[in-house]
Amino acid sequence: MDVDDVFRAEYGRCVATLTRLLGDIGLAEEAVQDAFAVAVQKWTEGLPPNPGAWIVTTARNRAIDRLRRESTREARHAQALLLHQPDEPEEVGPVRDDQLRMIFTCCHPALSPLAQTALTLRMLGGLEVPEIARAYLVPEATVSQRIVRAKKKIRDAGIPYRVPADADLPDRLSSVLTVLYLIFNEGYASTSGALLRTDLCLEAVRLARALTELMPDEPEVTGLLALLLLTEARRPARVGPSGELVLLPEQDRSLWNRSLIAEGHELVSRCLRRGQPGPYQLQAAINAVHTDGPATDWAQVLALYDQLLAHTPTAIVALNRAVALAEVHGPALALAAVDELELPGYHLLPATRADLLSRLGRTAEAIAAYDEAITLATNETERTFLEKRRAHLVPDTGETLRPAE
Amino acid sequence: MKQYLLGVQLDESVRESEEEQREQMARTGKVVEEMKAAGVWVFVGGLQPSHASTVVRPTGDTITMTDGPFAETKEQLGGFWVIQCDDLDQALAWAEKCALACRQPIEVRPFNDGSEE
Repeated sequence: MDVDDVFRAEYGRCVATLTRLLGDIGLAEEAVQDAFAVAVQKWTEGLPPNPGAWIVTTARNRAIDRLRRESTREARHAQALLLHQPDEPEEVGPVRDDQLRMIFTCCHPALSPLAQTALTLRMLGGLEVPEIARAYLVPEATVSQRIVRAKKKIRDAGIPYRVPADADLPDRLSSVLTVLYLIFNEGYASTSGALLRTDLCLEAVRLARALTELMPDEPEVTGLLALLLLTEARRPARVGPSGELVLLPEQDRSLWNRSLIAEGHELVSRCLRRGQPGPYQLQAAINAVHTDGPATDWAQVLALYDQLLAHTPTAIVALNRAVALAEVHGPALALAAVDELELPGYHLLPATRADLLSRLGRTAEAIAAYDEAITLATNETERTFLEKRRAHLVPDTGETLRPAE
Repeated sequence: MKQYLLGVQLDESVRESEEEQREQMARTGKVVEEMKAAGVWVFVGGLQPSHASTVVRPTGDTITMTDGPFAETKEQLGGFWVIQCDDLDQALAWAEKCALACRQPIEVRPFNDGSEE
């Protein structure tokens, strides 16, 4: 452990606590950075017994010094906040509830979805701006601008720094879960570039784990963690030796991470016992079936998709349900279900149609559907996969490659 | 305490019946009563449509006047509330009531209270 490790592990937590003490994220960040600058000089002989507490105390003292020198109204307000907390013990470390407050602030629906994810990765994940930029394949300036704007809005619009009241909790929690899910998904099936960006997946799992510890009684939080673990567990098998995409039925199951699967299954059964199903728990249950035994029990998957569709009647869920439908009742029925869906611009709709059509022997139509999917796919790995599938379909009788009119 | 402007974004291309307007007035009136009871109310005002507005623009030391609003769009400020409350969450909760009462989108905008750098 050196100062860099402590920074990575404690930065977000210390900023969260200082934000409560100072009432402003920007001031909190300055104070924590000041404290780390002091640490670099003072910790040459070794770390203090509780580095997080040391940082919080130093940051707090630094902030008081700084605020005394300044005379703005905001500074006076922050100073008043700081000086009126006499009940607190001198040696306080980062407080866990502060992180929960920070999650809800960063994922506030008044911020744009992109700002929510960038801010969450920065403030809670402890990722630096260049790391976030690399993960999302956008310029660093874009990320830092997004974060600066979001912090400015939090301050100027008065977005509160607290866990929402019970009445608002379901809505607000769902926006937090969406952010964590999107971070994971961006890493797992990234919109461009290499298929898997491990650091985002790991960060999302780490944040979901932290949220589960903070809110153990929210079944959807447990459900999200289980979903992420069961998906993450299959990651090693999802990409083949030459970087190609490997679908579930062809995956080498011995590559799956057994301990993550065991943990995921345990969480899913905990959810089942509680009996308050929600979208994330149902998706976790579906993934539990996929990872249970030597092959998927598709009838069970279909039954779970029926439940999920009743809960979340979206075209994407219906499309995924159709995949299970094909396995249980055959491709013709599934194709009829898929043809009722509208998902403009979403490559997996024509990709699914293509697969069903080819299973029905309607090769020309299947090729046309693959072409559509290939045009829409933004991810190189997925595009290669679709092109390979399409190539298998080309009739070797020398007939025309053009789809039927 | 922070102050927020809750502005009604009115689609002026839609004509409402007199009955609908009366019902709307009754519903928004109720929200105003609630705001007053909760101690958040500062001001409320409905505006004439934008055909009645005039823009007064300085050009150097002289003034030019033009008929109509700043921008000729079909969405115009139709009226507004000013409220004071602790934070954005409270303001958003009031904005929800306002949006349901007048069946129009509401823009929630904090006042500049001088606490900026």
